[in-house]
Amino acid sequence: MNRSVLPRPDLERPALLDVHNVSRLYGPDKGCQEINFRLHAGEVLGIVGESGSGKSTLLRVLAGLEAPDAGHVAYHSANDDTLDLYAISEARRRALLRLEWGLIHQNPRDGLRMGVSAGANIGERLMALGQRHYGQLRAAGQDWMGQVELDPGRIDDAPRTFSGGMQQRLQIARTLVTRPRLVFMDEPTGGLDVSVQARLLDMIRTLVRQLGLSVVLVTHDLAVARLLSHRLLVMRRSRVVEAGLTDQILDDPQHAYTQLLVSSVLTP
Amino acid sequence: MNALLTVENLHKGFVLHGQGGTALEVMHDLSLELRAGECLVLAGRSGIGKSTLLKMLYGNYLARRGSIRLHFSDGPLELTDLPAHAWHPLRRDVIGYVSQFLRVVPRVSAVEVVMEPLLARGADAWDARTKAETLLSRLNLPERLWQLPPGTFSGGEQQRVNIARGFIGEHPLLLLDEPTASLDAANRAEVVALIHEAKARGTAMLGIFHDEDVRSQVADRLLPLDDHLMAKTTHFPGQPS
Amino acid sequence: MNGYNFAYLDEQTKRMIRRALLKAVAIPGYQVPFGGREMPMPYGWGTGGMQLTASILGSDDVLKVIDQGADDTTNAVSIRAFFQRVAGVETTTATTSASVIQTRHRIPEAALSHGQILVFQVPIPEPLRFIEPSEQETRLMHALEEYGVMHVKLYEDIARYGHIATTYAYPVKVDDRYVMDPSPIPKFDNPKLHMNEALMLFGAGREKRLYAIPPYTRVESLDFEDHPFEIQAWDECCALCGSETSYLDEVITDDAGNRMFVCSDTDYCMTRRGEVA
Repeated sequence: MNRSVLPRPDLERPALLDVHNVSRLYGPDKGCQEINFRLHAGEVLGIVGESGSGKSTLLRVLAGLEAPDAGHVAYHSANDDTLDLYAISEARRRALLRLEWGLIHQNPRDGLRMGVSAGANIGERLMALGQRHYGQLRAAGQDWMGQVELDPGRIDDAPRTFSGGMQQRLQIARTLVTRPRLVFMDEPTGGLDVSVQARLLDMIRTLVRQLGLSVVLVTHDLAVARLLSHRLLVMRRSRVVEAGLTDQILDDPQHAYTQLLVSSVLTP
Repeated sequence: MNALLTVENLHKGFVLHGQGGTALEVMHDLSLELRAGECLVLAGRSGIGKSTLLKMLYGNYLARRGSIRLHFSDGPLELTDLPAHAWHPLRRDVIGYVSQFLRVVPRVSAVEVVMEPLLARGADAWDARTKAETLLSRLNLPERLWQLPPGTFSGGEQQRVNIARGFIGEHPLLLLDEPTASLDAANRAEVVALIHEAKARGTAMLGIFHDEDVRSQVADRLLPLDDHLMAKTTHFPGQPS
Repeated sequence: MNGYNFAYLDEQTKRMIRRALLKAVAIPGYQVPFGGREMPMPYGWGTGGMQLTASILGSDDVLKVIDQGADDTTNAVSIRAFFQRVAGVETTTATTSASVIQTRHRIPEAALSHGQILVFQVPIPEPLRFIEPSEQETRLMHALEEYGVMHVKLYEDIARYGHIATTYAYPVKVDDRYVMDPSPIPKFDNPKLHMNEALMLFGAGREKRLYAIPPYTRVESLDFEDHPFEIQAWDECCALCGSETSYLDEVITDDAGNRMFVCSDTDYCMTRRGEVA
């Protein structure tokens, strides 16, 4: 074989999250069980499946909100420590969620403080980190409102005066303002009008690229999964039935359930 | 020139679980070698599934058997067992793909769709925009369309956006799935020019061209596939046909 | 004495509350739960403060009770009379001669001295309650020092009014650890919490929580670097004693809109007037 001149690209990226045999069951096949995967830095991992398949339970376990019955989740933190998510103290776990992670809820009302202004919502995580300069907090708020395509002039308006899509963008700004390394998203575009959804998807994609975020994304919408995620896990009745490159899962599904799921999608 | 891609004894089948586990064999014992700066054109009856090979090389389809190897300066890389997470950087830096259909986020403007492969590598946004605009104007896409999302464009306009997006990244290996299918003569000539420029850069290309005229202008070699591909008798669920 | 145990509460209860108070003193600003008893008055009238007072009172103590700084309002008069009757202790209105001072919504103007105890009546002990309704969650937030939300409230004030508009129950951080609600005292009194010589005890009857600031404890009012904590100021001085440094109440004097500003601390005002006279 002749020598090629093509330099090999760096295909490996550092691991961020290692999930070993995680199970959390509420009943037989209700919840998630025997889940194994590794999430790499800069990767968007989609978890798809119908409602009740255990996606959201898995997300809660991964995000440190619900201890698994068995197995463990290892997080490789910014300072190169490997933390067993459920062996560390709750204080440490919550600090992670506050400092290095972000969680975006399907319903923005679950992730926002509806009683306080948009600016205060964006500033909260910064204040929790010890930022004590009002002018700087406000500047950060306006900057982030611009980044998520909200009018910075509305910084003092309460989230309830915003539309659903705007609230979701506000929740994203509030979460990303501290530049988390890892973001968990639970159906981030669910419940939004299709036109609003498209704009949000593009925004999420751009932010993921610009900030180099790693994302675990739960969605039942295969089109959303295709546009946002690099890799997919397909869940059914609490188990991962298929995992792989997003395009491969959707174009050449191997498992009977995945084939059914893919063939059930309506395409206009 | 040296081989950049080697395919050996590739087989592909689908098992249709929805239809009682029907097994379809669509590719049989395919081998090829592709060198840098070469354009290899897939030849064969229409409708036998030539895109199958491109999709396997791009990771969209899993191989049943056989080997796909990319040759790097420090040795070969086997793609049939490449872990899923490695495909993303591989596609970003090495393998480009001009698909038949444009699949993009709705409401993203044409110029941004074209810029994206460069932005994914962390390129400067202004440079990326300049390059995208240069390509779009070469492909005669009216400037008034650049800032509009391509969702509502005509087939030919969408295809030109797609071509610009495929060529902007200057990947060392480029897969071309009927890039000239719905273009007029002037734009076909432009695509031929783009392919010639890519060859000069050392890009290895593997393409499907239905247009006899284009094929004769770009092909260095033809790869006869009639003995290796079988048309899928059943439409596979979820597949754009 | 009147058929009641000394200071109304039974000895077991007083011991229980004293134990809780010792814990509170040991962990400044931390809310200690205690087994609150029914007092012969409704919640909201100072039952928390009264239980603390009853537990620490000795027969040789001298008790002063104030309500918004005044010794002569209904609440102050009733509580003073109550302890006179059930404990037989000496009472006073003079801040300097009292050993125990129960207060609602003020800290006396006269500097307190070592050995004095100030007992506050507290309606809502939890400073995080406005943003987090769950008790379990607020306890966790205290345990983990998750206090970012306190500044959210101050941020909102500035965004809405241009300055921190919280004027009473202004949150403080005690000994650089616990965020604490100082009870609804005016923020004017917050600086007096810092390094005070007296022991300060806080009792919430309805919520059955008590907490403490031991003498000489650092107490810091929360603020922003570019919007530092400030106390109220008046253009007028006290119309009665002429004080320019005390906390003033606005008193409407007629239907024509005339008004005057007077010291809210009646003892302080009377003492000054006596000195002037």
